[in-house]
Amino acid sequence: MSLYSRSGRPRPQSGGFELAAWYYMRLSGVALFVLALLHFSVMHFVFDPSQEKAGFIDARWSDVLIRTFDWLFLVIVLSHAFLGIRTVTKDYLRGGRRTLALTALYLLGIVVFVMGTMVVMTANIPSVQ
Amino acid sequence: MLLIRYRGSEGMVAWAFHRISGIAIWAFVLLHVFDIYLSGSDPSVYNDLLSFYASPIGRVLEVLLGGALLYHALNGIRILLMDFWPRLTAYHKQIWYANWAIFVGVGLPAAFVILKPIFGL
Repeated sequence: MSLYSRSGRPRPQSGGFELAAWYYMRLSGVALFVLALLHFSVMHFVFDPSQEKAGFIDARWSDVLIRTFDWLFLVIVLSHAFLGIRTVTKDYLRGGRRTLALTALYLLGIVVFVMGTMVVMTANIPSVQ
Repeated sequence: MLLIRYRGSEGMVAWAFHRISGIAIWAFVLLHVFDIYLSGSDPSVYNDLLSFYASPIGRVLEVLLGGALLYHALNGIRILLMDFWPRLTAYHKQIWYANWAIFVGVGLPAAFVILKPIFGL
């Protein structure tokens, strides 16, 4: 495979984490092609945002399998999204700014992952009219 | 201005759109984790936010989000095809135009379904 690419990022030649991340973006991309488009379709074409108040989530998450599925979806989405933003950040920033931006990015990623995991695993939504 | 003056071909525009749509989806994912988190801690605030999602402005924004998602998904497949079957790189423009055909064919009816409550349909 050549270094030159007309498509996305050329496959890293260094191996290790960068190569693994390159493959992971493509693998998770295929999964998200199905999962993200399915999720968007269910929430906009099967149901409508006007129906999706807190009670909707409560009913949806009464099934532990759906909670598990949603958590796996969360893990794949966040890892793909944050790895992507990491690539963008490394393209535009160098030196100290890059270190600062990447540190902030990773911290944000951890916070969002913890929040998402907490809500999908523990939410016991009180009923509001 | 840059986009008008820079004579990049389809490949460059495809790349730029992929990057812009990716950043936009990332930003929405952040918002979405926060709003779902709210549903567990403060459902009435969450319900207010959901009313915004169902409002006309909210629906227009959702069409933009869906468009970003669909473009990113289709162009992502285009990237995969060329990364794993490098000979297809010769047809990168054709694949991009095929993507747009699917984008319009799927996207227009989808946008109609999301927007129709605005017009009372």
